[in-house]
Amino acid sequence: MNSKRRGFLKMAVAGLGLAILPLRLLADFVRSEKAFGATAAEGAFAALGPMQDSADIILETPDIAENGAVVPVAATSNIPGTTRMYFVIEKNPNPLAAAFAIPEGTEAFVQTRVKVAQTSTIYAVVEAGGKLYRAGRETKVTLGGCGG
Amino acid sequence: MAASIRIRAKLSDGITEVKALMRHPMETGQRKDSSGQTIPAHYITEVSATVGERVVMRSFWGAAVSQNPFLGFRFSGAKAGDAVEVKWLDNKGESGSGTAKIA
Repeated sequence: MNSKRRGFLKMAVAGLGLAILPLRLLADFVRSEKAFGATAAEGAFAALGPMQDSADIILETPDIAENGAVVPVAATSNIPGTTRMYFVIEKNPNPLAAAFAIPEGTEAFVQTRVKVAQTSTIYAVVEAGGKLYRAGRETKVTLGGCGG
Repeated sequence: MAASIRIRAKLSDGITEVKALMRHPMETGQRKDSSGQTIPAHYITEVSATVGERVVMRSFWGAAVSQNPFLGFRFSGAKAGDAVEVKWLDNKGESGSGTAKIA
């Protein structure tokens, strides 16, 4: 059947794409000074590109952080073909905290600890298949993380 | 800066979980000392992890990552006894690295 053959071809092409894509994206992964230098979350998001909200990103962040200097954050992306993950802390002086490339064979999961200056939404942004997705959760901060 | 990273890499059901703890001040450049002088920014900008030639993690960081940073991630395709190397580079050009055998 012609349609079956098409399906197979599509799968083969997709498979090939998936095999090559991560390597290419790893080489393309450079520090975006524009995104890291942004002083508002909207600026950081704009530097990364247009994105849509997604329920397929699981963000593990505390509801309340007593110490904003050390806030554990973890994100898992269930979006197939995830190649990059970012943490953006809405109210920080520089909202983009970190950017991660996920090479082939590495799970779409990262865990770290960040400073959160004040009560803020913490976002995980995920790039998959050339598109950007976002999920956010609010963390209330009792003691800020960037004070002197 | 040889012992600037503590790394644990544990294999379970084909997945290696890496937990790395780096020793670094991660100064944002926005804090002031007791005399009112701004403490210059000093933070890790880049962290990568490799198993042999294979890059298993590459990341860029801003100053918002906490002091003595922690990084956790998971990958497949390695075996017990393989060495995971984690390297960091900071905004002053300093660097650190550490290696752990997958247990």
